[in-house]
This record gives sequence, C-alpha cells and structure tokens, in this order.
Amino acid sequence: MKALHVQNLTKQFGDLTAVNGVNFFVEYGEVFGFLGPNGAGKTTTINMLIGLARMTAGTISVMGHSYPDALKMAQREIGVVPDESNLYDEMSGLENLTFCASLYGIPRKDSEPRALDLLHQFDLHDVKDKAFKAYSKGMKRKLTIAAALIHKPSLLFLDEPTSGIDVASARQIRYELKELNQNGTTIFLTTHYIEEADRLCDRIAFIVAGDIVRTGTVTELMQYHESEQSVEFTLDQPLGDLSSIQEAFPQTAIEKAGERSLRIRSVQSVDLLPFMRYFDHVGLQVYEARILRPSLEDVFVNVTGIEAEKMKNNQRGAHR
Amino acid sequence: MNAWIAFLSILKKDMQNYYLKPPNISWGILFPIAWTLMFFLRSEAAITIRDLLPGVISLSILFGTTSMLAVTITFEKKSRAFERLLLAPISLNLLMLAKTSGAILFGIGGAAVPTILAAFLTDLSGVAWGSVLIGVVLIALTSTFLGLFIAVSVKEVFEAQTFSNFFRFPMVFLCGLFIPLTHLPLFLRPVSYLLPLTYGNDLLSSAITGAHLLPNTLNLGMLLLFSLGLFFMSTRNIRRKWIL
Repeated sequence: MKALHVQNLTKQFGDLTAVNGVNFFVEYGEVFGFLGPNGAGKTTTINMLIGLARMTAGTISVMGHSYPDALKMAQREIGVVPDESNLYDEMSGLENLTFCASLYGIPRKDSEPRALDLLHQFDLHDVKDKAFKAYSKGMKRKLTIAAALIHKPSLLFLDEPTSGIDVASARQIRYELKELNQNGTTIFLTTHYIEEADRLCDRIAFIVAGDIVRTGTVTELMQYHESEQSVEFTLDQPLGDLSSIQEAFPQTAIEKAGERSLRIRSVQSVDLLPFMRYFDHVGLQVYEARILRPSLEDVFVNVTGIEAEKMKNNQRGAHR
Repeated sequence: MNAWIAFLSILKKDMQNYYLKPPNISWGILFPIAWTLMFFLRSEAAITIRDLLPGVISLSILFGTTSMLAVTITFEKKSRAFERLLLAPISLNLLMLAKTSGAILFGIGGAAVPTILAAFLTDLSGVAWGSVLIGVVLIALTSTFLGLFIAVSVKEVFEAQTFSNFFRFPMVFLCGLFIPLTHLPLFLRPVSYLLPLTYGNDLLSSAITGAHLLPNTLNLGMLLLFSLGLFFMSTRNIRRKWIL
C-alpha cells in the first residue's frame, strides 16, 4: 500500500483541462517533489489531493482511504501547509495552534503541551503570546507549518514552503522537514526552488501543462539527462570562428561557453584525446577540461523547456 | 474524533474574534434603540411601545445576524482562513452550523436589548414569553441562514453587505413590522408571504400583543422550512462554488 496513490487523475474547468490523467504514487516515508512552472496544474492537483477541489475523473487514495467516500478519514491523517499563511491574525501563536488542534478533536489540555513543543522547535516560543499579525513573514510561515503538524499527520502536503521568506527561516524549515521525514512523516512538496527539491526530495515528478512528463529519483532523472554528455574546455586564448573545429568533429555539437571556453555536447561518450590533439595542432593550450554533470535544474529545463530562473521570476510576479 | 470539540472551538473563536468586539456590541445595542426611538417619535397615531416591540426585535435580529455573516464567512473565505476549516475532518453541515451558531446567539442577544428597554418603559404583563423565545430563536435561525446564503453567494465583504440590503430593506416594509400587511397594496402582499420575517414577526406579535394574521403553527412551520431551505441551499453552494 502507498501513502498516496493517484491514477488517471483529471480536472477540467469547462473546456480547459488543467490536469490531464496523471498517475503517480508516494511511498510511505518518502519526500516526493512536485515541480512545474506556473499554470502547470500543481495547485489544482494538490487541491484535489487534500479535498479542496473535486476531480473530474480518476482515483485518489490517501493512506489507504479512497476519495471521495473516505475523504474525511483521509483528512485526519494529512497536514496541509498552503502557499500563503492563512492563520488567524487576531489570535496569538499559541491560540492558533490549539485552535487548529481542536479542529481535529484534540482538547486543549492535550494540545497545549504539543503546541508549546512545536513553538520551541520552530524558535517561536518567545512570541507565543503575540498576535499572528505581528509576526514576520518567516515566523508566519513557520507557525503555519507548526499548525499543519499539531495533530501529528502521517502525510504532510507543503505548497511552496520557503517561498518569499528570509534565508535563515528557509534553512530552518528545510532542516525541520528533513527531521520530520527521518521521524517517519511522508512529505509531498511543491517548490519553485530546484535546489530545494534536489536537497530534500527522494523522488520528483515534473508536471507541465497538466501532464506529468517525468517521474523518478533525483539520480534516475540525472541519468536520463546524462544520455547526452557535455565537456567544457578552457583555453589560453580567446576563441575565433568555431566552424573549423565543428568540421573536424561533426558528431558533436560545439558552442562557446565563454570568451575562452567552449562546450562540447554529444549523445555518445566524448573522448577527450582527439580534442586535446586538435587544440595542440591549432596552437591552443588547454587550461582545463571538465566533464559537466547535469544539475536537477538542467533536467528541469530539459524536460519542461522552461528556464528555472524564469520560473522563479514568474512566481515572484504571481505573488506580487 | 469528538467533532463537538471542533464545533465549540469554532464557535468560541468566532465569538472572541468577531462578535464580542466593541463595535459589534455597540451596534447590537445602539441599532435597536435607534429603531425604537425612530418609530416611536415619528408615529402620530396612538402607537405604543408594545405595538412596536415585535417589529424592533425582528429588525434587530435581522440586521445583526446578516451583517455578521458577511464578516465571519466572506472575510475568512477571502483571507483563505476558511480553507483551514474545510480541511478539518468534520462534516460540512457541522462546520457551517458552528460558523452560524455565533450569529444566532448574537441575534438572540440583540433581541434582548429592545425587550429589556421596553420592560423599563412599558407594562409587559401578559406577554407569552415562551412564545417570544421560540419566535426570537426561529427569526435568528432564518436570518442567520439568509445571511449565510448571501455570504456564500458573493466574493467580497462589500458585495455581501450590498446584497444583504437587497433583502433587508424590502423586509422592513413588506413583513408587517411597522406597516400591517393588510395596509399594503394587494399586488405586494404575495411578496410579503415569500419573506421569512413575515412569519417571524407575526409569531412575535401574537406572543406580545395577541394580534396576528396567521395561525402560529403555520408561522412555526414556515420559519422551520425557510431555515432548512436556506441552510441546505448554502451548503450546496459551498460544495458547488468553493470546493471546485
């Protein structure tokens, strides 16, 4: 049995297909990343998984509870951190946490010690009696995560947990998420920060225009991308025209990577020796030859066709 | 899971965050006083406080409840705090009852203000207090669920207030609060019978002054029917519009 199992999940808004028959699963104890550009269908998918949107077709099973019949059973076992902090401005940090616990039927005498622990864990104990509206953005984010954890969920959904907050808070949140996962909580994470997904996730799915275009472990995704090998040479002199080197090595794609460097890509393994001989022949000295390992960002760009930086900027714009 | 812990907690949170705030308390006190004085001072006929009391009570409840729902529902929906409640493992019906219970209590409390004032100003002996209480509770229920229906039909708080007035102000004149239904033009009377406050006010009049147009059982039945109808239409709208 999987912690989350989604089959042929589809969501249509009139003629628009926002999510197009996606299939994926999340194992118990896994951190699963869900990445995609704006408008790809991430939030719609999450909303269906947590019960805030109805699916048009398909099946969802969360912790063994199938939707829609057992939605409320499943909701007992999930925690949700939305992309915007949505606690109550007038209530203090402690009151917000005990209130959230009460929504799960936990009486105050049981929830208060747990709330105080969480406030300690997220370094919010000193401001526990302050109104939520007086919290900084990072503190609000941390309290929102604490609120999602108050009833000890088995599966935690996080939508952009570190978006738009300070570096220290973001680091602490990542640390706490790792700790939580090590203690057995399954995590479903959407993020625009590729490096965050790289650091935290065991497996990742890329969603583009409502379709999941690739799913796998970070290593698997890298290996897929590594079917094309890249080598970067740094030379002693600025490069001129590339046509002669391209003629000498027609099986490879050669491009300038800088004033004195060039990048060679090939679907086959790149043998460095012929290139070294060529550079020697034309009187160029090689300072450095580097085999380029793809980053998750490269994989993302390759799979989605969208520059990660552009995606982040779009997201900032959307938040504004 | 004890769903009643969630129910009471939502009710307590709404009371503390919204209903027991000084502006709302003053609204609940000043509004009924203003209505009472307005009708009492402007009336040149031999109208007594006792005659005015059913209408003032009805109005106090109507305006108090419908105004508050726009805040507790529409505002929370707008700020996405309502999503947190929708994610709770309790049924939507129980959740909406919890969200509306505060308004119902606020409406009942609002009804107490003109009643207490009237007790100081006139002789209220002979009033059927049990029937008054039933009438007040049923008017509070229907008005709250009307407010809920309005709140879930709009997106912005100001839209809720505007839409509320579309229902509230006609009720002031068409439900027999201060103008008896028999004095209304014939073509307007069918409209009166489509409005829940007509039945609530008639029930209160019967209990306070003894005068009424309709049988009390009909009034009770219609108020219950309106309550159930508005509540289920509202929850249906939430499922249809908010859980997309």
